[in-house]
Amino acid sequence: MKNKYQSWILFLFISIILVLVAFTISLLIGGVDIFAKSLLDNNSIENDIVTKIRIPRAILAFSIGGALSLTGALLQGIYRNPLVEPYTLGISGGAAFGVAVCIVLGLHLSLGIFALPLSGFSGSLITIFLVYFLSIKNGGININRMLLIGVMISFVASSLMMFLMSISSTEDLHSIVFWIMGSLDEPNTSLVRIMLLSSIAGLIISYFFARPLNALRLGETKAQHLGINSTVTIRILFITASLLTGVCVSVAGIIGFVGLVIPHIIRLVIGSDYRIFLIGSYLGGSFFLLISDIIARTVISPNELPIGVITGIVGGVVFIIVLGKVKLKSKTA
Amino acid sequence: MTDYLSLQNISCGYGTMFNLKDISFSLDKGVFAGIIGPNGSGKTTLFRGISGELSIKTGSISLNKNDLKTMPPKEKACNLAIVTQFTDTMDITVEDYVLMGRLPYRNKYRFFETKEDIELANKYMKLTDVFKLKHKHMSQLSGGEQQLASIAKALTQEPNLLLLDEPTSHLDITHQIQILNLIQSLSSDLGITVLMIIHDLNLAGEYCDRLIMMNNGQIHIKGIPEEVLTYNVIEDVYKTIVITQINPLSKKPVIFPVSEKTLKKNRI
Repeated sequence: MKNKYQSWILFLFISIILVLVAFTISLLIGGVDIFAKSLLDNNSIENDIVTKIRIPRAILAFSIGGALSLTGALLQGIYRNPLVEPYTLGISGGAAFGVAVCIVLGLHLSLGIFALPLSGFSGSLITIFLVYFLSIKNGGININRMLLIGVMISFVASSLMMFLMSISSTEDLHSIVFWIMGSLDEPNTSLVRIMLLSSIAGLIISYFFARPLNALRLGETKAQHLGINSTVTIRILFITASLLTGVCVSVAGIIGFVGLVIPHIIRLVIGSDYRIFLIGSYLGGSFFLLISDIIARTVISPNELPIGVITGIVGGVVFIIVLGKVKLKSKTA
Repeated sequence: MTDYLSLQNISCGYGTMFNLKDISFSLDKGVFAGIIGPNGSGKTTLFRGISGELSIKTGSISLNKNDLKTMPPKEKACNLAIVTQFTDTMDITVEDYVLMGRLPYRNKYRFFETKEDIELANKYMKLTDVFKLKHKHMSQLSGGEQQLASIAKALTQEPNLLLLDEPTSHLDITHQIQILNLIQSLSSDLGITVLMIIHDLNLAGEYCDRLIMMNNGQIHIKGIPEEVLTYNVIEDVYKTIVITQINPLSKKPVIFPVSEKTLKKNRI
């Protein structure tokens, strides 16, 4: 038993170090490489670049990566299905559709900077309620039904969006596509602040449910046998996860794979006890998105790649490699 | 203490499809009772009614004079543990798995297991003989070992009433006997009242103090094995011709099935 806690502490320690290292690197590397000593001069351009551009961006990467990964961990716990992530449930599809509507109608030009994130957020909210109420049958919520409805809503949303794109002007089309691909370039510091706060709040809320989540690993009925109110737990966590996704998608567009790949890898490393798994997933997601952002900014510098491209490629490939290793291991064992 | 577990005129079920009608029985503390009956006779439905998965429409059910219908889920989990037919093949260690039985006792804000939790888990892992496997993953265990581990988890709930749904189906005879011996000692030594669904009538007759025979959602007959396992009851309920004898050592009833060919040969 002591060994278990010791390995948790070690794991936590290493994760925090990794996140700090990635955070620091992301401040120093980019279009302009910065050496630490030039930061001592308060008036230098380097100082401006770091404080005004790179620090907010790194904070954004940290909080969005953590939030997306945490959401994946929560949803996988609720659905007991390792393939669920925010995107499977149609939440991001709804958000993307909301943004597309906003761009086509030109709302972002008349209503200012908050129009895009707000319409993304409302898009995801509408999807959540649709999924939620369509899944209610005979007074209870059927988990499998919820999953299927999510997938279908995701399809409908993407079809509607393609429809919008096909009738929109080239300029609008470009903004929609760019938004869909996801970006951590967010000039508005209050949005960065909102993102960081909601991300941490999500982590704290989910920790109140570590005990029920652990029991839910046995399934809804068996969790009930252990005195857990499964329905309430699932409801609260679903709403938390959805809101968190909504905020992420509205701020940064669609960044796929984080919620799927990171919890999976963390589970392989430290196990599925939610007491360590939640924070592990959060830190793992933060680390992954920080590194992905560094790659996105440097690979074709001075231009930058959409972050979604990097997370998709890196995440997918790493996932396949990890799965292959696991298979080999279990064969030889 | 009499009537430790008491069900009176229970009816519950799945709406129009299948319903239990008028189930009444009571058990003393520490009694090992078996529920037998053909497939679809309502054994599992009865379990779901007792555990609270299905709401009970009429009748009352009490454990140690506490009403089980209105008991909050957490308190219920400290009184009643369930071992299901399907074991859990998860990627967590046996120790962590068994410790989950302590969840109903854990305060919302307590993050780590207490010393007591670990001591209890160890105690029951030793009792069920899975202590040596405690660092193995559940998915690496054999079917019998998984079943023992899930009994250990149920015991760490420190229940007064233990429900087991066919704990020995799909196990070999060694594990069947090992598990039934264990359950028997739980009821006689620890005073846990046990209610077990079992298909094997011979094992039911050998081990259980009381038998409840279900048929078509009702109790067909209840009593000691000698009263329940008679050839006319079995032929009535199971529509199968059998011969009953007495086990020479335990003096419990034993059932022999007879093939059609033999029946014809003997012109019965």
